Amino acid sequence: MADAAVPAGEATGISTRPSALRKFFLHNLSAKVAAIPMVATVLIVFIGCTIWTIYYSFTNSKLLPTGKFVGLDQYERLFATSRWNVSVWNLVGYGAMSLVFTLVVGFILAILIDQKIRFESAFRTIMLYPFALSFIVTGLVWQWIMNPTLGLQGTLRNLGWTGFTFDWIANPRMVLFALLIAGLWHGTGFCMVLMLAGLRSVDDEVWKAARVDGIPTWRTYISIVLPMMRGVLVTAVVIIGSGIVRLYDLVVALTNGGPGISSEVPAKYVFNYMFSGGNIGQGLAAATMMLLTVLIIMIPWAYLEFGGKGKRI
Amino acid sequence: MQTSVSIKDLSLNFGSVKVLEHLNLDIAQGEFIVLLGPSGCGKSTLLNCIAGLLEVSDGQIFINGKNVTWKEPKDRGIGMVFQSYALYPQMTVEKNLSFGLRVAGMPKDEIKARVERAAEILQIGPLLQRKPANLSGGQRQRVAIGRALVRDVDVFLFDEPLSNLDAKLRSDLRVEIKRLHQRLKNTMIYVTHDQIEALTLADRIAIMKNGVIQQLADPHVIYNKPTNLYVAGFIGSPSMNFLSGTLQGEIFTADDGTKIPVGAYDFAAPAPGSAKAVLGVRPEHIFLGDAANAMPFKTPAEIEIVEPMGSETLAWTKVAGIPVTFRCSSDIPLAVGDKVTIGFDIARGSLFDAKSENRL
Amino acid sequence: MSQTATMAGSPSVAHDDVVEARGPRPKPFFTPKKIMLYTALVFFSLYYLFPLYVMLTTSLKTMPEIRFGNIFALPQAPNFDAWVKAWTSACTGLNCQGLSPGFWNSVKITIPSTIVSIFIAAVNGYALVNWRFKGSEVFFAILIFGSFIPYQVMLYPLVMITRELKIFGTLQAVILIHTVFGMPILTLLFRNYFASLPQELFKAARVDGAGFWRIFFEIMLPMSLPIFVVALILQITGIWNDFLFGVVFAGTQNYPMTVQLNNIVNSAQGTPEYNVNMAATVLTGLVPLTVYFVSGKWFVRGVAAGAVKG
Repeated sequence: MADAAVPAGEATGISTRPSALRKFFLHNLSAKVAAIPMVATVLIVFIGCTIWTIYYSFTNSKLLPTGKFVGLDQYERLFATSRWNVSVWNLVGYGAMSLVFTLVVGFILAILIDQKIRFESAFRTIMLYPFALSFIVTGLVWQWIMNPTLGLQGTLRNLGWTGFTFDWIANPRMVLFALLIAGLWHGTGFCMVLMLAGLRSVDDEVWKAARVDGIPTWRTYISIVLPMMRGVLVTAVVIIGSGIVRLYDLVVALTNGGPGISSEVPAKYVFNYMFSGGNIGQGLAAATMMLLTVLIIMIPWAYLEFGGKGKRI
Repeated sequence: MQTSVSIKDLSLNFGSVKVLEHLNLDIAQGEFIVLLGPSGCGKSTLLNCIAGLLEVSDGQIFINGKNVTWKEPKDRGIGMVFQSYALYPQMTVEKNLSFGLRVAGMPKDEIKARVERAAEILQIGPLLQRKPANLSGGQRQRVAIGRALVRDVDVFLFDEPLSNLDAKLRSDLRVEIKRLHQRLKNTMIYVTHDQIEALTLADRIAIMKNGVIQQLADPHVIYNKPTNLYVAGFIGSPSMNFLSGTLQGEIFTADDGTKIPVGAYDFAAPAPGSAKAVLGVRPEHIFLGDAANAMPFKTPAEIEIVEPMGSETLAWTKVAGIPVTFRCSSDIPLAVGDKVTIGFDIARGSLFDAKSENRL
Repeated sequence: MSQTATMAGSPSVAHDDVVEARGPRPKPFFTPKKIMLYTALVFFSLYYLFPLYVMLTTSLKTMPEIRFGNIFALPQAPNFDAWVKAWTSACTGLNCQGLSPGFWNSVKITIPSTIVSIFIAAVNGYALVNWRFKGSEVFFAILIFGSFIPYQVMLYPLVMITRELKIFGTLQAVILIHTVFGMPILTLLFRNYFASLPQELFKAARVDGAGFWRIFFEIMLPMSLPIFVVALILQITGIWNDFLFGVVFAGTQNYPMTVQLNNIVNSAQGTPEYNVNMAATVLTGLVPLTVYFVSGKWFVRGVAAGAVKG
């Protein structure tokens, strides 16, 4: 449509023939002005800052980003640091378990709620409220529950069950599971809501057809409904996945990386080295590694969803 | 004749709403019966009750002599075809057809035999490895019918199967369903709101309104001798013309005074003394010109609107002050304002009591 | 009563049903399936409710009670002393003013951030749908892609930028950061919403001669109440619960409640006062929980909407 959107206040040389460049800027001006924050964000933050970080990760900056170029030095240091390696393995382990369990528990809960039960909204409310809470709150309350002397372990022992152990939070080999319990508590309700929406989008008549065919309910869920939920599953995986990479608050609150470094995660490593370790180069290298991981997962997914047959969701 | 499906005293309430009330229906073996009515009349509900997908509030359902009122759909010996086809989207056609049989533990070769037979009957052989998303509407519906076929049951239930298809496909598939019935000779219970489907497919039609069967008869009877005003108005397109007036003995006096002798009418009971009545005549039973002169009742009329339909012409005029339509051949030139003579034979029409709306 | 449809010679129903089946099938109230179902649901519910129970009960107990070591026990004489202490005098390692400064900081951060981020995103979504210009879709795509980048990657340069702008360590910095990082998901939300509105309304307004801003304020905004509610819920909960941005950009004077909370619990000296800790935890969770309970099904919709990426 025509340039009807040029605001009245624009004193442009309309009498003279506008150059092509000027025409480009004037056309649809209000929209462009309105989009400045978005454009700025994209250019400065998402593109600019990322490139900056990647570039300076190749320097030996310590307290200030002024170091000189040292190639892959920081990265070699990174992978020689046990704290980093532990962080990475922790994230892999936690991530895999969290993804699987969140999906499974979320799916099971969704199926349970889908069974035309009474008090459905009550159950839903109960399962979803943890999602409304901060990770800090989550971490702290579970830290208290898992307190060996006064929490669950201590209580049950005092009540007579002297052999009961639940000191995962203080046990370097089990601390990831402690994290998992808190993380699942926070996130499964949300996954359940997603899955439930997916379940409910299945046409009623498909259920009727399965019933006439004599297919038992559980089999219908697994063989017919689940394959129909591909879109929801992908969405759930993407969201859970992106949350896992960012894992930080929960660790800070629950264990602060401890005991020792047994529950360190990359996000925390980055933060510590960047702001309190006096070694910016290391922090930036670690951050770049986080970026790389995300890209490795994202690009195939993006290609699958948007590339390939050129279809859009 | 053996009864295939028998419904006794069926009632269904949703909360306080009485959807079906004391319904009785006997369907013969091999019969093609159509449940016809507008949305909300209870026809789909009745079908779902027969299928076992809805639980009844009272009454019983018998299929092939067995009381299936408390039985699960899979144990009732029925197959069902749905309006939205309801195919399992992530399975191939072949898997769609065989899934129920596999779950039941049938031996592989028997499954294969049944699938092939269904594919042959419905001509979906080349489609067996495709997924529903890659099928046309008509193909999907055939697969849906196939899924019912492989179950090797006696009774087929159709829930408005053609409503999702466009007009051309609808008429094609309609013929196929009729062919299928001729070949298989199974009992088929078919729900639709489309009277054309009902008239063309049914052995008997059950017209339903508000959960009650208004008339249960073969298409010819329903068309020519509708049992009440509702059925008369529902069947037939364009619909029947209605003239209200008073019936006294053998004379029907329309509201504006026009007298129409109705002695030739086939009264169910002796003609009542005097009652308010409605006289109904179908547009195709009203004749024009010379043919009209041969009719027992004729009247002059002025053409008000002409609707040329290609194969014939529909004309609007007034009789006794009431708008009336009639059909005539498209060869006859008609124009607005023409003064013509039209007539009809009351023996082919219908008389209804104005108060009870029942056929006299 | 009923008569079976007798066919010549065939026996009646006998071997199938003991009782002549009629009407609705008799269902025992407790079927094995139902028992398992509700047991599972209750079991899971306990998992979800337990921490809430613990938070509340511990915060209402006295320290001697807690040291007794029974986390299940109800408080003997529930009192809000711990709550008062948490609010007014708990020590965060830097000072002993309790949570209340943090609360007000959170308010001061959340309200402007929410308003600004939602407004900008709404305008973005509107522009993207109705006033597309060359490259707008590209920028949007990068915006969405960028939302997957872990914050840590952009954190340090952002610190530098905010230092240059002389807002580092102030409320403005946090608000800016929240706006920036809230943009992708909110823009997506608004974009999808505006795309689902009938185009005719917009076209009619343009024919009438209205311009960009007028259409936005007089036509689009009034129609967007549902999506605004969703965006509001998303942002209020998300920003209130934030920790990372608060701890990096706000400056020690302006630490939001979550940061204060963590400091109170995890960097306290001496013996931990568990009741105060739990009270502080409850207080911090109160606002988002209230939003959650009040908004009910809107929250679910917001959460699900936030989940629709790409």
